This record gives sequence, C-alpha cells and structure tokens, in this order.
Amino acid sequence: MRVQHDIVIVGAGLAGLRAAIAAAEKNKNLSIAIISKTYPIRCHSVCAEGGTAAVLREDEGDSFDLHAWDTVKGSDFLADQDAVEFFVREIPREILLLDNWGCPWSRREDGKIAQRAFGGQSFNRTVFAKDRTGLHEVHTLYERSLMYPNIVRYDEYFLTNLIIEDNEIRGVTAIELKTGDLILFEAKAVILATGGAGRLYGFTTYSHQVTGDGMAIAYRCGIPLKDMEFFQFHPTGLVPSGILISEAARGEGGYLRNKFGERFMEKYAPERMELAPRDVVARAMWKEIIEGRGFESEHGAYIALDLTHLGEEKIEERLPLIREAAKKFVGIDPVEEPLPVRPVAHYTMGGIHTNMWTETPVKGLFAAGEVACVSIHGANRLGSNSTAECLVFGRVAGEKAAEYAMRKDLKHVSNEIYKEEEKRIYDEFLGKSGDESPYQIKKELNEVMDKCFWIFRTGEEMKEGIKKIRELKERYKNVEIVDKKRRFNTDLIYAFEVGFMLDLAEVVAVCAYARTESRGAHYRLDYPNRDDENWLKHSLAYYTPQGPKLEYIPVKITKWKPVERKY
Amino acid sequence: MLFRIKRFDGEKEYWSEYEVEVRKGMTVLDALFYIRENLDGSLAFRVSCRMGVCGSCAMKINHKPRLACETQIADLKSDVIVIEPLDNYKVIKDLIVDFDGFFKKHAKVKPYLIRKVENYEKPVELIQTPKQLDSYYQFALCIKCGACYSVCPASATRKDYLGPAAFASAYRFIKDSRDEGKEERIPEVACDGGVWRCHFAAECSEVCPKNVDPAKAVQKLRWEAVKHSIRSLLRW
Repeated sequence: MRVQHDIVIVGAGLAGLRAAIAAAEKNKNLSIAIISKTYPIRCHSVCAEGGTAAVLREDEGDSFDLHAWDTVKGSDFLADQDAVEFFVREIPREILLLDNWGCPWSRREDGKIAQRAFGGQSFNRTVFAKDRTGLHEVHTLYERSLMYPNIVRYDEYFLTNLIIEDNEIRGVTAIELKTGDLILFEAKAVILATGGAGRLYGFTTYSHQVTGDGMAIAYRCGIPLKDMEFFQFHPTGLVPSGILISEAARGEGGYLRNKFGERFMEKYAPERMELAPRDVVARAMWKEIIEGRGFESEHGAYIALDLTHLGEEKIEERLPLIREAAKKFVGIDPVEEPLPVRPVAHYTMGGIHTNMWTETPVKGLFAAGEVACVSIHGANRLGSNSTAECLVFGRVAGEKAAEYAMRKDLKHVSNEIYKEEEKRIYDEFLGKSGDESPYQIKKELNEVMDKCFWIFRTGEEMKEGIKKIRELKERYKNVEIVDKKRRFNTDLIYAFEVGFMLDLAEVVAVCAYARTESRGAHYRLDYPNRDDENWLKHSLAYYTPQGPKLEYIPVKITKWKPVERKY
Repeated sequence: MLFRIKRFDGEKEYWSEYEVEVRKGMTVLDALFYIRENLDGSLAFRVSCRMGVCGSCAMKINHKPRLACETQIADLKSDVIVIEPLDNYKVIKDLIVDFDGFFKKHAKVKPYLIRKVENYEKPVELIQTPKQLDSYYQFALCIKCGACYSVCPASATRKDYLGPAAFASAYRFIKDSRDEGKEERIPEVACDGGVWRCHFAAECSEVCPKNVDPAKAVQKLRWEAVKHSIRSLLRW
C-alpha cells in the first residue's frame, strides 16, 4: 500500500509533535502525517522530569547571554555558538505557547510561571510542571495537535527505511504493526524526530523503545552522525532499575553523600556543589564508588541522594513523581530515607548531522530533537536544555519542512523500491533461520557498552569493546526471529532494533576511541585533559560496509573563547 | 512461579503457561520480558517507560487492570499469576488491544485549552495561581492507560459511551482557569453517549493507577451539564 502526504514526520514525542503543529500553523492546506512506533503519549519524552530552561525574567536578573554562556561552558566549548544564541532566544516563546495551550506549569504565588535551580544553570531558569514536566508537555502538544484537521496520525507504525534519490528525500517505508503490512509513504519533505539511542546501555534511564531507529537508518543511508562519542551519564539513576531521579531533586536542595555521610561534591565542585553540570557530578560519584566510598548493596555500589531535610510538604509539592517512583520501585520514601542512586546512561548528545535550521545533507530531510545534533549541547548537555531543544528545533523543522514542501512537487517512488523493501523485511529477515537470539545479542551489547564505553574510558578497553561489538555484528547476521507471523510482531521489531543499536554502538565506539582527549562527558583516563589545539572539532561518522569512516569539522565560535572549565 | 497468559494470534484464543523464577523486587513486566526473551519470543505485549508514566503496559493481572511495570509480583500474594488483555477493547494479539477507539473518544471531548484570542507568534503569559492549578491538577495526571475503560460497565454495554478517561479530561479543561471553551465542551460530554450513561459503579476510580478519580469528574460534569441546560433555557 502507498499513501501520499506533503510532510511525513517520524516520531511523536516532543520534537515530532511540535514540528507537526508548526507545519500546520504555517499552512493549513499542507497534509501532514505523523508516524510513530507508539501512540504519541507513550513516547519517551513523557519521562522528562525536571523542567525546561528559558529566560523569562530579564527584570529579575536573567539574560540570554547568561543562558547561552552556561550552555556553551556546559558543553565544554563543543557547542556551535550561533545555534546556542538562536536557541536561547527562541525558547521563552515556546514556554508561553505551552501555557496558552494548557500546560499545567507550576506557579509562583503571584500566578506567574515558576522556575527552579538546575545543574550548570547560573540562574533559576528551569520552568517546570512539578517533576512531571515531560509528561505534561507531551500531553499538551498531543492534545493541541488534535485541533488541526490537516495533521493525520499513523500510530504504531515502525520505520524501516528512508527513500532517497538524487540526494533528495522521496518518502519512507514503515510497517503497520497491527496488520504487519509494509506501507510506502511518499512525501515532499520528511522530518526525523525519533529520539536518542539510550538502550545501547544496560543501566539506563531510557524507555525500552529508545533504540536509535531514525539515527541508524539515516546513517545506513549515508547521512553522517555527529559527535556520537558524547553520551551523557545522569548522576542519579535509581538502583537497581535505572529509573530517573530528576536533577530537580538536587535543584530543590537535595544532597549527595558517600558512605561516610560526606557531601563529597565539595571536593570536586566547591562552588556549585551538587548543582555542577552532569558530567562533573557523574564523574565525582563514579570516583567515590571506585575508591570505595560508595554504599555496598546486592545490586552494586551506590551513592545516597538525601532529601530528608527538605520536608514532606516540599517533596510532595515539587517532587511527587520521584517520591511515588521510589516508594513503588524500591520501597523507600525519600521523606524518611535517602535514595540509592548511581550514574546512569541518559542522553545522546550526538546524532544526525544538521545545521541550525535542522537541515540534513539530504534535500527535504530534516531532523529535530534528540535524534539530531545541531549542535547546542556539544560534549555535555545541561539539564533542562533537552526538552527546550525539542520545542525550539521541532518548531524550526516544522516550518522549514513546510516551506520546502510548498515549493516542491511530489515525485513518485517506483514499485521496485517497495518490492525490494518488502522482500528485505519479510523474505530475507523474518523468513530466514539461524541460531542466534536477538535478546542474547542485545544483552551482550549492553554489557560491553556498560563496561568499555562508560564514564571513565581507556584506549585499551575501548579497543576490546570495538572488537566485541564487531563480533556481535557478525553473530547478528545469524539471528532468527521466532515469531513468523506478521500481525503485531514484536519479536521482529525487536530484532530490527537490535540491528540498529549494533550499528550505532560501533559508531559511538569508533568515535570515542579516535578522540584522544577528555571533553565533557567523554573522559579518558589515558588522555585526561582537554586538547583544544587538536580536538576542538566535531566528529562526523559516515557509513561504510567496513565500519564508520570519520571526518571532522570545526566548531562555530561567536562570542566565547574556550577557557578552563571550573564549577 | 506459574504465569498463565491469555493468548490470541489473530485467529484463535488459547492459554500459555510459563514457569518463571521470581526474585525480590521483580515486577510483572520483568517476568513478561523474561518469558519473551527466554521461553517464547512470540508473546506480544506493549511496553515503553517501565516507570508508570507512559501508560503502555496496562493489562489484567490477577483479574484487575494494572500497569505491569509497577506491579511487584510479591505484592500480588499469589502462587499463580493470571495475565489477560484489558476488557472492553478488541484484542489485536495476546496482551495488545486496539486503542484507536479509546483515543478517538478522548479527542471528541475537545481535550485542549480553548482561548477566544490566540497569538501564535507573540503569546503572552497567562496568570494562574497555585490554588487555581490545584483545582484541576489531579485530573491532568491521566496517562490514558485505559484501565478505567476496562472495568467500566457502561463502556461494556454501549459502544458510543465516551468512557471515564475522556470525561476526566473534559473536566480537567473545564476547571482550568485559562480555558474559555466550556460552552463548546459541555454539549460533547452531555450527548447521547455522554455522562448520563454512567452507572456510578466507580470502579474506574478504584483501578486508576494515578488516582485521577474519573468517577468524581463524571459527577461534577453532570452538574456542569445541568447548569449549562438551565443557562441555555434562560437565554432561549
């Protein structure tokens, strides 16, 4: 089956929904499709907790330059500064639009939108809806999207490929999960908003769905991935599940303590303490653990996140979700006892290479949100800048795609392409037999990522890791999908996802091994210093059958020259 | 521990039984993963966040709709765990039911803020006090997991009944001090398949994993509908 739309958006999280609304606002005659492998409100964006950074109160001392500087310094100077300057100026309007569309923002007594402290942000500029910010933002955008008759949704469709001819996008193919049929979506413009790749790691905050589909498919189609060696480890993942305990817990005054009860952050970031950027705090915690000052448990060592001094009223008002999660998942009430936490894989700084207008190297193909690397986060993203990015660049992508679609004619895709894709999926993949389980391969992939590409990296370990990933890729060729029926085949989807993750793991690994310096979240024990002379540049990974080929491009610097980063 | 799971492959219904070794802290979702990864790759269920936020994994666990991700096996205090898809939905495969109708019903009640004047390019900050926020916030916590709809006797008997989640959502917007769309929304919830069909079993509120209390929303909406009718009559 084939369908036609002016714009096809893949992914229905914050960036995808925002893009759809922006395109619909731009032109009510455009036909806009959102396809996603889950229903929109089941996306991973709902898991964002702490908030969205925005300069709302210049009269109270905040400024765009300050937000931009915090972001650039947080990025360890790898962010493109022109994009950051644009980004910080755009986000306040997004906050107000969400307010006008019903987002239940937390409020100050005077009824204005409240803001809280966050790591690396030198002003209390994080707008929030208790600690359920992502949930409310997604629901607000989803509900708003229902008002536009020209937005059509295809819920539970799994992306399998991009169709590109003459370096121009023609459409995408996706499996309708309910029936198992392959659908060809012809489109003038396509926006990828499929999210990050966090399930590469075993100990992770990510939803099960976040398997880097869009990133991997773009990469296989020849589009470069940028800065993939930079993976964020959030300081506070709940032990043992990895469920996110929001940075807001520290923003509201929580302490990190080692087994001696010490607030050890005073050794590592005496000024910002627990509210230093995530790379700094995660490294400090890991060091405490390695040096034996963590608490021991059957699930490994952990650090205590102490909120007991905040009092029940404040916790219930500002942090109800993490209280509920802690009670349900580990049986601990943070009002009474500290929570067991450990750094956890949390955010993919890298992604599809785009410019600041969300354009990829392929004409008519745009990318926004975590799947993309604009880049505004550089080597380390600041907390509450990711939901902000989805809103700002989701909007940009929607508008740019609309402008592009308005001046283009639809070009049809040949039947051959559809047939080939159908054959690839059903005959060559679903139909084949083998003796490897995708679940086992995924498990081993997680182990190697958690071991060799974690917070502290060394050349030796990474080399071993690359070897192991390549072995897994070989074994994957022999994977067998047990469920042979087409209807809602989650076994088939899982096998696809594992294939995507193997490719992305190889990119992360090769980029990390190549970068012989420490910057932001990429920290090497064998190269512990930042090396601006050789490495103040973005890495680009291009697909080849033998593995990623790397190139480098310069960082855009406008106002802020790199300086030593202290907190 | 024995897991009995109701299956459907598009043609026939059957039961599968699996033996799973349960460890401390294990959730029903963990057990489902264990089964799929080690015992039976064809078992289909939905999953995403695994932390009770996305609403993907609602299913009947020992006869009551719950989120599999936040249900601790130990808390069920049972030797056998019986898992079935939610009631009142068409089953697509195994534990996966068709939510299209559910989401269409939700969309019907105009579940979005309606403002008389909008400015997309230059929006202004609206003022809402913490007290005004509190008056509707509980109803904004609905994650549309569909558990309420599964136990609703009115939803079981009438296909056009909008259901508890849709009403909770309608009430959430009516109570929002920023909203100006009450007059448009009330007729949608007071229609033939609307709030008057509710049996007041209140089981929806009983099973809601987020304590949204849709039954209360229905009661409040009925009162709003009455006020609306009186106002219309007076105008007429």
